[in-house]
Amino acid sequence: MRIASKEISAVSLVKEALGKAKKYEDKNIFVSLNEENALRKAKEIDEKIARGEKVGRLAGVPYALKDNFLSKEGMTTASSHILEPFESPIDSTTVKKLESEGAIMIGRTNLDSFAHGSSTENSYFGVTKNARSDERVAGGSSGGSAVAVALDIVEFATGTDTGGSIRQPASFNGVYGFKPTYGTISRYGVVAMASSTDCIGFFTKSTEDMDLLMEICSGQDENDLTTLPDYYLDSKIKPAKKVGIIKDFDNDKVDENIKNALKEKVEFLKKKGVEIVELNMPTLKYALAVYYIIVPAEVASNLSRYDGIRYGFRSSEAKDLDEIYSKTRNEGFMTENKRRIMIGNFVLSSGFYDAYYLKAEKARTKIIEEYENAFKQVDFIITPVSPNPAFKIGEKVNDPVSMYLEDVMSVPINLAGVPSLAIPAGKTKEGLSLGLQIVGPRRSDKALLKFANELKEESDA
Amino acid sequence: MKITREDILHLAKLSNFSLSEDEIKSLGTDLENIIGYISELNELDTEGVEPTYQVFEMENVWRDDEIKEQEASREDLLNLTTESAQDQIKVPKVL
Repeated sequence: MRIASKEISAVSLVKEALGKAKKYEDKNIFVSLNEENALRKAKEIDEKIARGEKVGRLAGVPYALKDNFLSKEGMTTASSHILEPFESPIDSTTVKKLESEGAIMIGRTNLDSFAHGSSTENSYFGVTKNARSDERVAGGSSGGSAVAVALDIVEFATGTDTGGSIRQPASFNGVYGFKPTYGTISRYGVVAMASSTDCIGFFTKSTEDMDLLMEICSGQDENDLTTLPDYYLDSKIKPAKKVGIIKDFDNDKVDENIKNALKEKVEFLKKKGVEIVELNMPTLKYALAVYYIIVPAEVASNLSRYDGIRYGFRSSEAKDLDEIYSKTRNEGFMTENKRRIMIGNFVLSSGFYDAYYLKAEKARTKIIEEYENAFKQVDFIITPVSPNPAFKIGEKVNDPVSMYLEDVMSVPINLAGVPSLAIPAGKTKEGLSLGLQIVGPRRSDKALLKFANELKEESDA
Repeated sequence: MKITREDILHLAKLSNFSLSEDEIKSLGTDLENIIGYISELNELDTEGVEPTYQVFEMENVWRDDEIKEQEASREDLLNLTTESAQDQIKVPKVL
């Protein structure tokens, strides 16, 4: 990535990024731009450079912030009506770490409201369009961030991945998207969706950039007690000798383009002398049902805090306290938010708890065991991210189950807490981006990025 | 599983939503489809399997029990609410 120096000023980098953001206004990538603050910060960095002072590793690098990260600059809306007027008094840990290295946020990107969705169509601020086609979805929920990087507006963007929200839009737009091991990056100051699977990660144009961002942002945080002890920098890296493919994912629901992209990578690995192992993971076909029980349960709990009392939007129709809650929530949430909250309350309610929620948490154990067994046999697993390239806007948005099926290959990874990187894997004849994902055991994050880099260098040559 | 109007109204109450008539109908259909899908999990044998609620590899994380300086002040927080008076958040009367 380009970093500000005596040769390239931070102001010119930021102006260029803002110019591109405006040029692509029709794609509806940004919820808001951060022009004034960004230019002021860029100027400060240029002054430091001119004085010969030390600047950070991301000095003057423009980036886009998914609009569910708290930052003191501008509103944090989570692309919802209920948080539309929310001006955060604090910065999230990720924002703090990035900015302490000199990165400059030029705008906040669109998402499915509260990250509920796989297309960025469920946003209060409208649909984000795919980087390659105006008729297609950006993917989601981090659609705006993926498109901002794919169109080269910014060097990198932040994302959150609860069940594929970084990897699927990355693959729909042809960029790298990383969901680290659960607990690697602090979730402090990020709007919570499902606390047991939420992960912070990034979109970049290269694995080297991803590695740098991971070095900067990973690590234990006393404000998020689920963060792992620092491990990223000390990870040992061995060359991958065995790579697994999942037999259970090879079926007629997977698009031919994606099957071929996977075949090509597998052939390439074989030529390199990597042994390919076919894995049987029969429980994975239940992962989507498990996910759409556990995640709504956690969503129902996490989103109960939006009550119109302490912050955010409050309905003007409400006459008493009960109405403040029920009208604010009804007006403030999108349909998909309501579906998930109600499903969550259904699976947690008495009479259904054992059959749904408890059953799903037991199934989760089996899914984790399947990954543990798989990683006894192989170093990494390579699979599609989603069964198809970007679909048409409007095609699935009114049919929740068909939208959920988009996530069938991405959610098991979150349930197991393992890392996965979406990598670009060519294009269809029509020019739509294709992607694959590489999955590794817990804490293999650095090795995984290194492996992905090897995959790229040689297949491009 | 059939989701009745009463089921939807009960879930709306648990969720604190004042749904419109149209929403009661459309969410009824949506929820019935979703519950139909997630019920596929019944096929899976989970006899004798322990549930996993968290994947963060740790049990307890301790910290010293001391009050730290907060990043956001009382004033910052009160500024976020729609109505406040005398350093308190104001809501319509409850009784």
